Amino acid sequence: MNRWILPTTAAAALVVAGGFAWTTYFSGGDLSECTAGAVAGGAIGGPFTLMDETGREVTDADVITKPTLVYFGYTFCPDVCPIDTQRTGLAIDLLEEQGYDVGSLFISVDPDRDTPEVLANYTDNFHERMVGLTGTREQIDAAARAYKVAYTIGDQSDEYYLVDHTVQTYLMTPEEGFIDFFRRETSAEDMAARTACVIDALS
Amino acid sequence: MKKLALLMALAAAPAVAQDYTLGDLTIAHPMSFPSAGMTGAGYLAITNTGDVTDRLLAVTADFPRVELHESSMDEDGMMRMEQQDFIEIAAGDTVVLQPGGLHVMFMGLSDPLEVGAEIPATLQFENAGEIDVVFQVEDRPAEGETIDHGEMDHD
Repeated sequence: MNRWILPTTAAAALVVAGGFAWTTYFSGGDLSECTAGAVAGGAIGGPFTLMDETGREVTDADVITKPTLVYFGYTFCPDVCPIDTQRTGLAIDLLEEQGYDVGSLFISVDPDRDTPEVLANYTDNFHERMVGLTGTREQIDAAARAYKVAYTIGDQSDEYYLVDHTVQTYLMTPEEGFIDFFRRETSAEDMAARTACVIDALS
Repeated sequence: MKKLALLMALAAAPAVAQDYTLGDLTIAHPMSFPSAGMTGAGYLAITNTGDVTDRLLAVTADFPRVELHESSMDEDGMMRMEQQDFIEIAAGDTVVLQPGGLHVMFMGLSDPLEVGAEIPATLQFENAGEIDVVFQVEDRPAEGETIDHGEMDHD
């Protein structure tokens, strides 16, 4: 009898402790009302060093100075990336109308073609304050690993090679790090509403 | 210069979606969006009112390369684009090339595609033969995902 109860109790205690850790970690407020609820506990995000649109080396602390929407993609992608990136640009405008200042990063997984100049031109199409980041293959790999982003580069002997990549958009804050992620089906309105909810809960 | 500006303004006025007919095929609303990088995507809908399956084999346009592609996402959230050898339109069916799915990929653009621009192209079908069409470059709709391809409430 005891042998059966014990593991169950232990498991329950773990759940309670986990829940407690979650709520105390976000002591600013109750985030469960804001996020989709399916946020995995795994660590997403962390330190990175990349190159910004001016060719300057920057760290995560330099570019995530406020709540920030982070996406990994590549500019040669004509179909999906522009849809996702435009959606994020619209969400930032919606948030701005409501008085929320939110940043966005477009991190390239294709540094051979995505130079700082190419990225500057690309991101300006979607939002004037969207920042494109590139870097060495090693720097990008490190950032992708930190954000649990997977990508596969096609045969580069073809100049028009393609890159497969994961397409979630992450909501990060300077203090708490990873907060939530958005699937590509998420509308600009939902993205803005959930982001605003998080900012309110944390302030 | 003024004349050019006027022409550009006229070109930027909302274009009337154009449909084309080739044998048993109806091609609705070939269009594209302003490009942000060195590539663009073309979208349209093809309806086959005949009794025989047809295939879109190729699209040619004045770019270094034009291919048929399909974007798809696997269960891990990995988005991939794959080149298609052809796009099949079964008898009685409508196939819609739209954002996030099948599309024509224009590669190696030397200048960005801007709203109001027109992309002359030739569609090559296995049975129906060839037809010249024009892809109109239009503003991205607010939510990106839906384009009106006309009579598309087809099940």
